[in-house]
Amino acid sequence: MTRIRIATTSLAGCFGCHMSLLDMDERLVSILEKAEFDRSPFTDIKHCGSCDIGLVEGGICNEENVHVLREFRKNCKILIAVGACAINGGVPALRNSFQLRACLEEVYLHGEGVENPQIPNDAELPLLLDKVYPIHEVVQVDFYLPGCPPSADQFFRMFNDLISGNEFSLPRKLLHFD
Amino acid sequence: MMKTDNRQDQAARNTITIDGQEIPFQHGQTIIDAALEAGIYIPHLCHRSGLSPHGSCRLCMVDIVDRKETLGDSDRRREGKIQEETRSRSVAACTMPATAGQWIRNNTPELNEARKVITQMLFTEGNHICPSCEHSGNCTLQAVAYYLGMLDGHFPPFFPRRDLDASHPTVMLDRDRCILCELCVRASREADGKNMFAIAGRGTRARLIVNSASGMLADSDIEMHDLAVHVCPVGAILIKEQGYRVPIGQRTFDLHQVEEIDLGKTIPPEMGQK
Amino acid sequence: MGNILITGCPHSGNDAGMLRQIIAGACVESPHLLHVLHILQQKFLHVSETAIREVSAMLALPYSQVEAVVEFYSFFHKTPRGKYDILFSNCICCGYLVDGTDLMAMFGRRLGIVAGRTREDGLVSMDQTSCIGMCDHGAALLVNGMPVTGLDGSLLERIAILIEDRVPLADWPSEWFQIEDSIRMSGMLLDHEMPRGDSLRAMLAFGAEASLNEIIQSGLRGRGGAGFSTGMKWKSCRVAQGAAHYVICNADEGEPGTFKDRVLLHRYADSLFEGMTVCAYLIGANLGYLYLRGEYRYLLPHLQSVLLLRRETSLLGTNICNQPGFSFDVQIVVGAGAYICGEESALIESLEGKRGIPRVRPPFPVSHGYLGQPTVVNNVETFVAAACVVQKGSTWLRAMGDEVSKGSKILSISGNCARPGIYEYPFGVSIRQVLEDCGAADTYAVQVGGPSGVLIGSPEFDRRLGYDDLPTGGAVMVFDKSRDLMAILVNFSRFFSHESCGFCTPCRVGTVLLRDRLDKIFSGRGAQTDLEEILHTARLMKQYSHCGLGQTAANPVLDGLQRFPQVLEKFLLNRDFEPDLDLDKALAEGRRIRKGNDGIACADRGGQ
Repeated sequence: MTRIRIATTSLAGCFGCHMSLLDMDERLVSILEKAEFDRSPFTDIKHCGSCDIGLVEGGICNEENVHVLREFRKNCKILIAVGACAINGGVPALRNSFQLRACLEEVYLHGEGVENPQIPNDAELPLLLDKVYPIHEVVQVDFYLPGCPPSADQFFRMFNDLISGNEFSLPRKLLHFD
Repeated sequence: MMKTDNRQDQAARNTITIDGQEIPFQHGQTIIDAALEAGIYIPHLCHRSGLSPHGSCRLCMVDIVDRKETLGDSDRRREGKIQEETRSRSVAACTMPATAGQWIRNNTPELNEARKVITQMLFTEGNHICPSCEHSGNCTLQAVAYYLGMLDGHFPPFFPRRDLDASHPTVMLDRDRCILCELCVRASREADGKNMFAIAGRGTRARLIVNSASGMLADSDIEMHDLAVHVCPVGAILIKEQGYRVPIGQRTFDLHQVEEIDLGKTIPPEMGQK
Repeated sequence: MGNILITGCPHSGNDAGMLRQIIAGACVESPHLLHVLHILQQKFLHVSETAIREVSAMLALPYSQVEAVVEFYSFFHKTPRGKYDILFSNCICCGYLVDGTDLMAMFGRRLGIVAGRTREDGLVSMDQTSCIGMCDHGAALLVNGMPVTGLDGSLLERIAILIEDRVPLADWPSEWFQIEDSIRMSGMLLDHEMPRGDSLRAMLAFGAEASLNEIIQSGLRGRGGAGFSTGMKWKSCRVAQGAAHYVICNADEGEPGTFKDRVLLHRYADSLFEGMTVCAYLIGANLGYLYLRGEYRYLLPHLQSVLLLRRETSLLGTNICNQPGFSFDVQIVVGAGAYICGEESALIESLEGKRGIPRVRPPFPVSHGYLGQPTVVNNVETFVAAACVVQKGSTWLRAMGDEVSKGSKILSISGNCARPGIYEYPFGVSIRQVLEDCGAADTYAVQVGGPSGVLIGSPEFDRRLGYDDLPTGGAVMVFDKSRDLMAILVNFSRFFSHESCGFCTPCRVGTVLLRDRLDKIFSGRGAQTDLEEILHTARLMKQYSHCGLGQTAANPVLDGLQRFPQVLEKFLLNRDFEPDLDLDKALAEGRRIRKGNDGIACADRGGQ
């Protein structure tokens, strides 16, 4: 039996959703009997191959995020927005109350204890977007898994539903935004 | 539940029927108050029994069916045994007076879908970042979203820039989360006798303002025990230094469903404290 | 025009002593909040926080109420406007884009100003505003509240020179401010000669009961479009219990493309006031209000003079027509730029000095209206028609029109036609006939009843005007094949999002969602899913909004999708989905900060 291929990534997120996924603990074993990971921080594979499921944590805050997200959409049959940040920008979107320039100046020019103040401009650094956006503003999303982070129970439920080909649904007691 | 398929009987008895369940009402009562009293939940955010009806959030929209509809009609329609569409009109249950013989649809897939979209609209126009909100778990907007099975905001968020007012020693106002329900406006005027709040502006620029010469809470007469402070369904009006007394996971809507709270089936400890 | 001399000075707007003096002076004329704020806006070019405080103290209103009102109405500002405040209409028929050139941008470049801002020297400010009711006269603007029409490059250049030379408005060429009535076709109502007071004398001779019955018998229905029986409305109000009864004339015709009230108020003010006075007698009112839209403030001196004349000839005041106990007078309250106040209950709120938020109904104004008392609200045309019915009898009205719609309808026709203007027709006239009469050729679409009405194409030009087919408040906007219907839909969606009062969720949020979605399609970034999104939002707004604005705001796009799908589809990309995020726009600020160093990620750009 071919195993289901899953890719995961964290964009403008904190990897908390990934940590919560790992919180499935021993239940991961049963999932890994039927699934394997493609591009993911768990595998260190750098680019996404053809996958059944893509899990995206985090919103979109820079150009590289957009690029990665598009790679996921292109290669994953089912794309899932995981966690508050992917769904509506989440905590990183708190910066949307300010102009981008003001944020950078606060951090790199006027911040407490800054030495040699300058806004970083290395070619390695991706361009920042004016705001942090939810991923559904850039690609079509098939499912949403809310929570900050979604609990291990939510992940387990979702994997089971998707692997067994059932329609994915969250019971009300598993639904939370925090 | 009394069984009836005759509106005239019902008219004589001063009852209305919601989703096939016949319930009594008192003269002058709105549909929602009659429903809540009878233990029927209709989702709502801008309504609170005892304050004047408002009708702005539109979550409590119900359908009043024009034609006589007998019990089980909706089942038969679903089974394809009834083809014709019943004529109905959508009204806000919180402002529409109950009148004898009304046939009302409330808990239908269509209405709940519309309510979910309206809730998504509220999330979309404000800055509702639940993980960073100290009211998370005690927020009725969130709880209603759970009730309606909302998983995402659907629309592109507006990310408005709104002012915060932390000038007062005990009460603060975070407009990012304000849903313009005007519960605080009405509570202050009608229950506290203070007229502390109002809505200014128009359209999506509408905003909650404070009735003080500087426009700041610090210069207002607001007090921690005012109903206006406690009536906020979201985390827009907050009491300082209390935010995390009850940890996330043990809060009102972590332990209870919104309908249990709104139907008064349980009084959560942290709400009683306020 | 004396009071429109440049008197504005923003600097003294915080001087409490001077403010008090001005407020006291304004209150002598009228203590109405909208009036006092207008005087302050005019005098100090803005309403400062100090001014709000002083108004609140002197009018004994909550500070928050005054602030709420200042922020609600478009013509009040919390920061100073220029001494010359220019408002270009953005209407599709009298707007700054009407001739294909962007007149506002042109004017802005000439004077070095951008829309929404005041020039640094404080001399001039410029912005756009919703339709100002000049659709029969081409592109139009308001300068300090005075309309100037027929704008083109050379007229704007002359205006710019006068502004730079600081020439007072009173010394501008007076012909610029002459607004022609342009009555192109008159009928039973416009042709009817009614000597001042005839209606009142006929009513008194006939008796109240019989006169009311005559109005009911005539089949007269509200000319605003909703079409409630005028006689029945008056009768309900007459029997409603209350400490006082009120008559209100809704002269807040804000529907883009509508300008018939402008003409009626100018030419038939006597008949209008006569109709209001008849109503007052029949319902037992001693006081009436004319709520005039702010855009028509220039008509105020004329209307005041007509009222004065009527008072002097015993047609207003006490013992009208020597009838003991028949007392009635009319006050005029001028709005301040809010389309929603055309909704009768929002209008009443505005009259009460509040934001114009539509009330919950029931109860209706006939039992709980102005100050909670029984109130009749009718529009200008209805009162004029009622006055004529009382004088001529019900058969006069019934002789025209059809079974359902009795009498005539006055239309404001504009857009692509040779002879825009005012046309009066018996009800039942076909759109085809109307188009022929106004000299419309190659007509592609007609917007009947303004943006909140119905958009139809040529297969439906045989439909007829009337309450049972095409009801209309009077606007008929004609669009020929040269017009881009998509641009029109975008324009209408902007109008509604600007004018939504913000009370209920579906309208407040939905109008913005629709606007953004249409903007996206119009900018060439739309896909099939965007059409589905539009339908989804539009249906929700239509069914669940609190008032007519939200319920009708999606009409143009719904009609467009139904009747002219190709208009929207031709803008669509050939794909199912296109991101809402405009990446280039979202990266622009980042690029500026990085001074062109786009980083490595740019190598991957255009990946999909």
